[in-house]
Amino acid sequence: MNRQSQYMITVKDMVKKFGQFTANDHLTFNVKRGEIFGFLGANGAGKTTAMRILCGLSSPTSGEIYVAGYNVYRETEKIKRSIGYMSQKFSLYEDLTVKENFRFYGGIYGLKRRKIRERTGYLLDKLNFSHAMNQKISDIPLGWKQKLAFSIAIMHEPRIVFLDEPTSGVDPITRRQFWEMIYETASQEVTVFVTTHYMDEAEYCSRVSIMDRGKIKALDTPANLKQTYRVANMNEVFVQIAR
Amino acid sequence: MKTILFILQKEFIQVLRNRTMLLLIILLPFIQLLILVNAATFDMKDIDVYVVDKDLSTTSRELVSKFEASPFYNLVNKSFNMEDGHDKLLRDQAELIVHIPSHFEHDLRNEHHAPVQLLIHAINGTAAGLIHAYSATIISGFNQQIAVEWSQGKLAKANQPLEVVYSYWYNPEMNYKIYMVPGILVILVTIISLFLTAMNIVREKEMGTIEQINVTPIRKYQFIVGKLLPFLVIALFELAFGLFLGRMIFDVPVVGNLGVLFGFTLVYLLVILGFGLFLSVISESQQQVMFVTFFFMLVFILMSGIFTPTESMPDWAKKVNVINPIAYLMKVIRMILLKGSGFMDILKEFYSLLIYAVLSLGLAVWRYRKTV
Amino acid sequence: MKRFVGFVRKEFIHIFRDRRTLLILFGMPVAQILIFGYVVTNEIKEARIAIYDQSKDAVTREITDKILSSGYFRLAKRIEDESQIEETFQKGEIKEIIVFEPHFDEKLSQEKSAQVQILLDATDANMANLLQSYTAGIISDYSKNIRFDNGQMPVIQTRPRMLFNNELKGVYMFVPGTMALILMLVTAMMTSISITREKEMGTMEVLLVSPLKSIQIIAGKVMPYVSLAFLNGVVILALGYFVFDMPVHGNIILLLSETLLYIVMALSLGIFISTVSPTQQVAMFVSMFALLLPTMLLSGFIFPIENMPWPLQWLSTIIPARYFIVLIKNIMIKGTGLLFIWKETLILLLMTVIFIGLSIRNFKIRLE
Repeated sequence: MNRQSQYMITVKDMVKKFGQFTANDHLTFNVKRGEIFGFLGANGAGKTTAMRILCGLSSPTSGEIYVAGYNVYRETEKIKRSIGYMSQKFSLYEDLTVKENFRFYGGIYGLKRRKIRERTGYLLDKLNFSHAMNQKISDIPLGWKQKLAFSIAIMHEPRIVFLDEPTSGVDPITRRQFWEMIYETASQEVTVFVTTHYMDEAEYCSRVSIMDRGKIKALDTPANLKQTYRVANMNEVFVQIAR
Repeated sequence: MKTILFILQKEFIQVLRNRTMLLLIILLPFIQLLILVNAATFDMKDIDVYVVDKDLSTTSRELVSKFEASPFYNLVNKSFNMEDGHDKLLRDQAELIVHIPSHFEHDLRNEHHAPVQLLIHAINGTAAGLIHAYSATIISGFNQQIAVEWSQGKLAKANQPLEVVYSYWYNPEMNYKIYMVPGILVILVTIISLFLTAMNIVREKEMGTIEQINVTPIRKYQFIVGKLLPFLVIALFELAFGLFLGRMIFDVPVVGNLGVLFGFTLVYLLVILGFGLFLSVISESQQQVMFVTFFFMLVFILMSGIFTPTESMPDWAKKVNVINPIAYLMKVIRMILLKGSGFMDILKEFYSLLIYAVLSLGLAVWRYRKTV
Repeated sequence: MKRFVGFVRKEFIHIFRDRRTLLILFGMPVAQILIFGYVVTNEIKEARIAIYDQSKDAVTREITDKILSSGYFRLAKRIEDESQIEETFQKGEIKEIIVFEPHFDEKLSQEKSAQVQILLDATDANMANLLQSYTAGIISDYSKNIRFDNGQMPVIQTRPRMLFNNELKGVYMFVPGTMALILMLVTAMMTSISITREKEMGTMEVLLVSPLKSIQIIAGKVMPYVSLAFLNGVVILALGYFVFDMPVHGNIILLLSETLLYIVMALSLGIFISTVSPTQQVAMFVSMFALLLPTMLLSGFIFPIENMPWPLQWLSTIIPARYFIVLIKNIMIKGTGLLFIWKETLILLLMTVIFIGLSIRNFKIRLE
């Protein structure tokens, strides 16, 4: 129980194979409560695969893995109750309005109608987006869609939220705002697990792990990493490791 | 239960908001009934007949006038020229040549028999068979008429030792359209429910929204019920709407109990929805699912007995039809609407489909996984 | 040229990689031919009938035997009571009931006439018609033997001759029809979808800025489908010829050239569709509802055009398959030459030119 209170995610020797190809090769790491854990790596390094396993979307080949204290082999449904997820592919319904999307996702998480109204109002207020409540998603610019998707992922107040390359394809200003939202969320004791390939974003994380060809090559705070590799920024850390 | 309501609400909004879809749902029954029923007809009328009357006697003219008077025939030309008739046949301008040889009347009176030749354009075998049947009926009717006339009534009875009487049940006017309308309705509900279901889930896959749903604690059955119910409702609505149109436009009789029909269709739809779900689960793209669905639809519809009765199919085809859900509804809808068969008459089909529904939905649910 | 070859190779690889679609493309014509050949027939073979014999004497038994030994009918049920008649029809398995009146033999010898009643389930009007004419034929055949004084009776003998199709085989209809349908499906539908996909994915633009000429791009895209379609056509013809004894009376070169013409026409139609469709889904629906259904229903493939109401007959004049089917039937079955079919050939050519013209116009508009 002690371990559970300290770590929201514990992973030991996680392996995932697709036929002959090993996407995750004996990954081992822990994520603490309220931490912003960055999961870095080039495209195809195995980040998304690992994240999908942690979310219960995919089963691992082997390894000992707990998310929010639940076993990923046997308790995926319990895990799903405790987490929020925002996928790389865009996941709001284009033909529904903002409000309808909130209502739908709130509904399938089992929130009461009153609670849904409350949370929708609160989250949209914070985004300063209440005026667009009845607009269809297809009429909304991409940056806003990403922020809305994030709001929906934390709508049911999960203990962990998984973000799979949440900022790919958006402009620097929106990325900045997006990270402010992440900070705000983490400050409320929510653990954030985020994959990205923007190295400047890695600087914002509490700790980062850097993956290369299915293996974790480094895992520490950004400051420590920079010191270890004696470089000025995370980008150079990454270049050193990937080489 | 409440979760399902949220899904239902979302699905209905999506369907109703999609203009193309709405248009399809409203227009499809009209188009199908108006075009398909009128196009898919073996009602023989206006058979183009070319007459070569080489006799030109009173009797031969009378026989020709029988053809002219019949609503089934349309006289293209009369001549002595067999060559010309052949040419018209070759050019598809005539479907039938009635050839009355010279001395026809003379032979009939003196030798008591004379031939009439029918040359039938037979590339469409079915139509040719019907043309022959119609023509033979006209000629034999005329034959009896002159037998009575020429003997001043004495011959009639004696020469008809076996009197054959026909009665056409359920459709005395031999209207082919009332047979086709129920068949078209089956295709209508099948297309709507199968295509919409199959496309729907693949689309969520392509859009990526299915992932978002898969990470939620939603239960499999909640998701599936929420997905299928709207299409079930739409398909039943289509059936009601189509029936109404069929009644208005084609005067299709509704002899049997509509409750039985809708109940049976409901079970049928469960089978089809299960299929649609299964196909969408195993497909990757909308294009793929469209092709696969189209292929199965084509095979199943052709084999279902929509155009030709299943009874005249070979044994292996009948066996295939055991797993062809469309064949069941095709048969039952006609029985109920046209003949007024009751629930007891369709009991066997009902149970078969019920088992089938359990299997098909079971298969789909088993194959649908939230985890890959 | 080398670049062009490379491009064509890429297109072929695309097609061959999608196994499922490929399987269906080749499975479809075979399945369709087999179904039409063996399943969808209007022939009467061992039709299930019921007999209600209220007399059960030598004559009725003899007539029954004669009917059952014809091969067209099979006795499925003997009815013993009037009330069973309705019930039998309701069950739906039996479409004809023959009723002999009581004291049949007696009546026949004393009153020189007895009555046979044929009850038909006429929900399927055509089937009822055929059953009736088959049964009537057998009975009237039988009655010739018991004619009492047929000396003076005038008899008009009908001598039918079925031209072009002696045995009334269905294959004469469905081989041309299936060809028209499948070729349309493979070429028009597949090309329109695949070109629209490139548009949707944005890969079309990459191709357009490449040094390939746009005519080469289009030609490269459609080349695989032309060969696939042609191969499909040959498979269908071979199936028809070897399995179903479909004759080829006319010139085979002419037949294949006309097939190629039809394929090119379908192709230009496909390209045209792709120029007006923004997404794959639209291209799919247009192909489905504007091509497949009309090709199946309004081309004379299954249902004779002459029987349709005039608006549909009029509509069928713009269906290319209609002309192709006429062409094929003329060449294969009637063995006629170009002299008889120049009009249809010209129409197909004209359609090709129109579609290509429209596509070029649409392309230009977009590029400006």
